[in-house]
Amino acid sequence: MMGRRFPAAIGLLLVSGMVFVVSPARAERLIVSVSNHRVTVTPNYSGEELVLFGSVERDATTPANRNSYDLVVTVIGPRADMVTRRKERKFGIWINADYREFLQVPTYLALFSNRPFDAIASPDVERRQQLGLNNVLLTQRVGTDYGDVVPNDAFRRAFVRLRAEHGLYREETSAVTFLTPTLFRTGIPLPAEVPIGTYEVEIKLFSDGALIARTDTAFDIVKVGFEQFVATAARQDGLVYGMVTAFMALMTGWMASIVFRKD
Amino acid sequence: MSGFGQPQGSFSEATRVQLYLPIADIPVNVFLILAMGAAVGFVSGMFGIGGGFLMTPLLIFIGIAPAVAVASVASHIAASSFSGAIAYWRRRAIDPALALVLLSGGTIGTAVGVWTFTLLRSLGQLDLMIALSYVVLLSTVGGLMFWEGLRSIMRVRRGVAIPLRRSGSHGWIHGLPLKMRFKRSKIYLSVIPVVTVGMLIGFIGAVMGIGGGFILIPIMIYLLRVPTSTVIGTSMVLTLVTMTFATLLHAVTNHLVDAVLALILMVGGVTGAQFGARAGQRIRGEHLRLLLGLLILAVGIRFAIELVIRPDDLFTIRETGGTG
Repeated sequence: MMGRRFPAAIGLLLVSGMVFVVSPARAERLIVSVSNHRVTVTPNYSGEELVLFGSVERDATTPANRNSYDLVVTVIGPRADMVTRRKERKFGIWINADYREFLQVPTYLALFSNRPFDAIASPDVERRQQLGLNNVLLTQRVGTDYGDVVPNDAFRRAFVRLRAEHGLYREETSAVTFLTPTLFRTGIPLPAEVPIGTYEVEIKLFSDGALIARTDTAFDIVKVGFEQFVATAARQDGLVYGMVTAFMALMTGWMASIVFRKD
Repeated sequence: MSGFGQPQGSFSEATRVQLYLPIADIPVNVFLILAMGAAVGFVSGMFGIGGGFLMTPLLIFIGIAPAVAVASVASHIAASSFSGAIAYWRRRAIDPALALVLLSGGTIGTAVGVWTFTLLRSLGQLDLMIALSYVVLLSTVGGLMFWEGLRSIMRVRRGVAIPLRRSGSHGWIHGLPLKMRFKRSKIYLSVIPVVTVGMLIGFIGAVMGIGGGFILIPIMIYLLRVPTSTVIGTSMVLTLVTMTFATLLHAVTNHLVDAVLALILMVGGVTGAQFGARAGQRIRGEHLRLLLGLLILAVGIRFAIELVIRPDDLFTIRETGGTG
């Protein structure tokens, strides 16, 4: 019995040691909250704005001379596969010719910061931390391979532009405001077309071009109302939905034949 | 959150005619859709056709995705052909045997049509194929009708009697095997061309969002020699069943049937049809054909223009699934 207990005790010691190693004494900690963790979208919803509040908690180990912070907030909506197609003129008419598949890309993507990304960090850090729409990873299927392409790729640019036109992809480098040197807020605009699902929010704190702290939060978007009920039914119970629609059609036709009966 | 926050009273209520279509995913004006349904219903009542070939294009022109338009109009046609079929049934103007044989082909055609529709959609060529089919079909049929109407008007002006085309000569169609007697229509005909015609109409209807009456009726009269007493009623039964089946299949496979849109169209359509039928009785047949020909031709040309001019945006995005 004793022989068995020892390894367990050692294991426990190891685990606690690992926890200690993994979480070193951080100089700054981020505390954030969104104004609403569950956004309900009704049929006459015309877009609204969530507010994200937060503060930078300093502790004893914080270097005394560190006073300016930069903050980048990334909001990532539910992911989906999408296809971007390009029309070309063939035989005198415009038809879809070339296309690219984007795999598991965010349906909503917003990046907010307190100043331009290139002022916050070096190009290398920008790329690694995915700061800005040009640096966010948008995986494409290239033949049998997967990967992102250069930011000025025609399909990637068109994809980002089309999403941005609907307010679903956005980048605002002055949206985050510091109310005090450590207290910040930013608005998260949610247009009428927002996809339903879970939205992840990543908050990254930078100082002198380096990432010094990060935290995550999330919120859900739920659609309610008759229209959403119909949409959900159509997607989830196609057969029942189809039968109800067909029955509705026949009833309408039958009623019309009674109402307008001539003899 | 926002719904009850506007105490402006009756004025804001009156301006809230915007309705969000759940499947088409766009807000529309209820009265616009209702008026479109009524206008197409009027035309269809006037000419005795289903009107799908007008309804589907109109929906596409106001910005509804072609795929959604095709799938939703199917249920709209099912409604209007059902009220028509009931009326013809009461007058005993339907040949049940002929309808059954047509249907056996029609359901197969519809299933193949919906399958083709799904395939084209995954290839990204559905919108193009819908537009191309409309250009070809509508300009051909519209052109022929217009020409035919013009010729008969000229003939009437010159006072020439129109020769009745119903000669006793038997074409190759009447030499085919598997003959069957259709009692109410008083014809003795092979089932092969009947099933083929049913399949063709079912297929075209499922892909293009039309009932196909405006193609079916001429084929039945001129090719199958079905008497005019049963032709419209029987064609309506085929349309009714293929379109109900198409609604079901489109709902199951592509989830594109917008029931809200369809309901507004139906209500407008069946009402408009009643007034159209009355108006149609006051216009002479050849003038009617000329008008209908022009209308069909115009829709075909509109599609052709759309294909030829450079689109505003060369790129499009479509979600293919995998939503987390």
